[in-house]
Amino acid sequence: MVREAEAETTSDGPAKVTPDTSAPPDPPDPPPPSPPPPPLPPRRILSTEGAAPSKPTTAVSSIDIATLSFPDGSRGTFTAATQAVSTPSASGYVTPSRDAADLSDAMSIMSFAPTMRPPGDLASLVAGGLHRKSRAWNLLRAQAEAVQPFESIELGAPGDLAGFEREFDDIPADQPDDVRMAIWKSKMKHYMILSSAGKPIYSRHGDLSLVNGYMGVVQTIISFYEGANDPLLGLTAGNVRFVIAIEGPLYLVAISKLGESDAQLRSQLEALYMQILSTLTLPKLQHIFAHRPSTDLRKPLEGTESLLSSLADSFTRGSPSTLLGALECLRLRKSQRHAITSVFLKSRSEKLLYGLIVAGGRLVSVVRPRKHSLHPSDLQLIFNMLFESGNIKAGGGESWIPLCLPAFNNRGYLYMYVSFFEDEGAETEPNAPAGHAATSDDIALILISPDKESFYDLKEMRDKLAAQLTKAGHLAIIRSAAREGRPTVQSVAPGAQIAHFLYKSRANVQFCMSSLDALSSPPSPPSPGITTTTTTTTTTTTTTTTTTTTTTTPPSTAPEALLTRRRLMTLYHDLHAAAHAKHAHLRVLHAVADDAASLAWTTPVFELYCVAGPNVSRAAMAQAANRIAQWARREEERLFIIGGGVF
Amino acid sequence: MADSAPKPSSSVKLVLLGEAAVGKSSLVLRFVSNDFQENKEPTIGAAFLTQKCNLPTRTIKFEIWDTAGQERFASLAPMYYRNAQAALVVYDLTKPTSLIKAKHWVAELQRQASPGIVIALVGNKLDLTNDGAAGGGAAGAGACDDDDAAAAAGEDAAGDARKITTEEAKEYADEEGLLFFETSAKTGYNVTEVFTAIANAIPETSLKTNRGPGAAHGARHEQPGIDLGRQDDGASRDNCAC
Repeated sequence: MVREAEAETTSDGPAKVTPDTSAPPDPPDPPPPSPPPPPLPPRRILSTEGAAPSKPTTAVSSIDIATLSFPDGSRGTFTAATQAVSTPSASGYVTPSRDAADLSDAMSIMSFAPTMRPPGDLASLVAGGLHRKSRAWNLLRAQAEAVQPFESIELGAPGDLAGFEREFDDIPADQPDDVRMAIWKSKMKHYMILSSAGKPIYSRHGDLSLVNGYMGVVQTIISFYEGANDPLLGLTAGNVRFVIAIEGPLYLVAISKLGESDAQLRSQLEALYMQILSTLTLPKLQHIFAHRPSTDLRKPLEGTESLLSSLADSFTRGSPSTLLGALECLRLRKSQRHAITSVFLKSRSEKLLYGLIVAGGRLVSVVRPRKHSLHPSDLQLIFNMLFESGNIKAGGGESWIPLCLPAFNNRGYLYMYVSFFEDEGAETEPNAPAGHAATSDDIALILISPDKESFYDLKEMRDKLAAQLTKAGHLAIIRSAAREGRPTVQSVAPGAQIAHFLYKSRANVQFCMSSLDALSSPPSPPSPGITTTTTTTTTTTTTTTTTTTTTTTPPSTAPEALLTRRRLMTLYHDLHAAAHAKHAHLRVLHAVADDAASLAWTTPVFELYCVAGPNVSRAAMAQAANRIAQWARREEERLFIIGGGVF
Repeated sequence: MADSAPKPSSSVKLVLLGEAAVGKSSLVLRFVSNDFQENKEPTIGAAFLTQKCNLPTRTIKFEIWDTAGQERFASLAPMYYRNAQAALVVYDLTKPTSLIKAKHWVAELQRQASPGIVIALVGNKLDLTNDGAAGGGAAGAGACDDDDAAAAAGEDAAGDARKITTEEAKEYADEEGLLFFETSAKTGYNVTEVFTAIANAIPETSLKTNRGPGAAHGARHEQPGIDLGRQDDGASRDNCAC
């Protein structure tokens, strides 16, 4: 599959192969390899293995340096003077076996005997013989493939994400202004919302007195272009990107050092705007400003700052859901999901518009009227309220919340009944709230009605439903599925060398992904050629890092896990942006950097993104991608909710 | 919890009203689960909780509507105080505007809620005042046991965030015929007492009238399997008269 797609993008096919003139003649001794060329900062080195023929196809970088990372963190770097000397396709000597068994880069290099090269390319003639891979080289390669993505980056090394672990800390109120301002400026991501009259409404970091001046500057700049009927969409200052969205009377600004594309930042701003609409509704918002343009919107929005901030922070941490514009479902057997949905439908109240069962932010079951479906952006707001911010779960009991679902109807309120199912196994008091924000295996029942008086009807429905779900054991099934977490890559495609993947089903507007915890821990299984000794070294290094993380702090909050997650999401953002760039028409995109390799594969049916260690070959990634796609197709009805319960 | 004692049990609908961030949800959390959270996020909409209160002669099951204090939810309040037999109007005794808001709520309740509604005025955040730890400031309708400790607390002004004196609030409460308490949800001081006092103050007659339709309501919906998921409130599942 991949290969076919790839062949399409590679219009000039096998003809254009980059012969590398001075690839590693002999494998360097693993631990202290030839000293890397001095001053290059780690993230900037772009590398491929050997010399990949990927330049004409889809690799984003041209190759001049080959880097091998070793598990102990050392790195061997080989400069390859890449001259684009192409073998003329007309020569008839091009490799016939592009579609044959292995698409390994090394293989395609090997398949060019030096004699096939055009005369004059003497250097390559000389070098060619040295490409023959010794056994030691194979061993080294095999070991290098076990390097996990981002493993080569040392924690705390000066890089793009230095200080990211402090990104979500509050700016201390008791410091002098210049200190607070310095902290404020060190944040990598800012979101600001202000009215077109320049009144501040929201800023993620810093209290408004601190950032008021900047808000004024922002308002002046935007208004200047507005006045000229040439709205400002974005600007760049140094490594900071500003993206501006103008929504009626509101200016929303995203300021990012994290390298997201404009479109991605814009969709984040859109989500914040939706959150505001969800609180106020569009007519109310317009009315407020039509009446008095200088209104301070903070008052009507009072109490929702935490919702905006939790939404903003989920973007800063990296939200696959927002990136893909899709929802995640809890993986369940088809028959189980069907049974749950039919119980749900059977206990339906007359007043019900939408009903959802959600476990830890992942959808379990949906019931809806035939003519209305639910929009992912609306659900994102609900999930954010329930699972990211502490407003609902922390209070305990049942909640009755007026809210507007802007994608459904931005002109009016719906009423949402929320109840968390208590864990019948846990020794909690029947009415006792957990006292904390919802965790990953909390199960929430969400019932939405247009009737504000329908609380008791929906409560009755909840009681009926809870009784039946408990009796039939469905709740226990949901709970254990939620605890099980996301599948690991190894359970999806055993032996695959990739570290993480995202799979979006386009038709269902849903996605699934592999477990994030796996990223920092298990090494991919050793490839066949590896010796026992190398295996042990690999595993020990990896396990030591893992244990240090897990013993100190829970992985979700540990700075390392946070960083790894952000790096992963940055990579996905880059991939997504490149794959969705206007006029790109890409179907497969393979990118290699010195910290990770990544692959994007888009078809009309799905989008698949995966990330692997920096030295994993393209063939291995393609093979893994293929297997993940097959798995997703096979498991489609478990991974995704198709249609849901309709009444 | 699930005591099926022969004591008569009846449910009371109670609503909490008051300005944002005065501690309504914290009072409920203290009363229902004897817990406290620093920096609690604001309530959105309203939360519905239940808790039982055992009196010597009967059991009262409180059905508590903890409403959000933000202005934009004010228009929904009638939905919650309609048919309520009791209301807790809460203010923050370190914040004068919150008492003004509380007075507005009292006036609205007296004008529009059920005529017999029992209203308690509660000044919260006593822990921020000097008499916080000892809990001296409590006055009013019974239920307080350690008034004398207050005297010892002394009057040193340092760190006292109190802005509303006990006398001022008490005087207003007496005028309007409200129960009055000063509480700390953080330390738990006087919280249960508020609810006990309310339970005691609800006239027997109003319980009777409530109980009739309530029980009927419950029976009407009796279905097989209905109480499986309801370990929390035993036999009585009346939704009051809504």
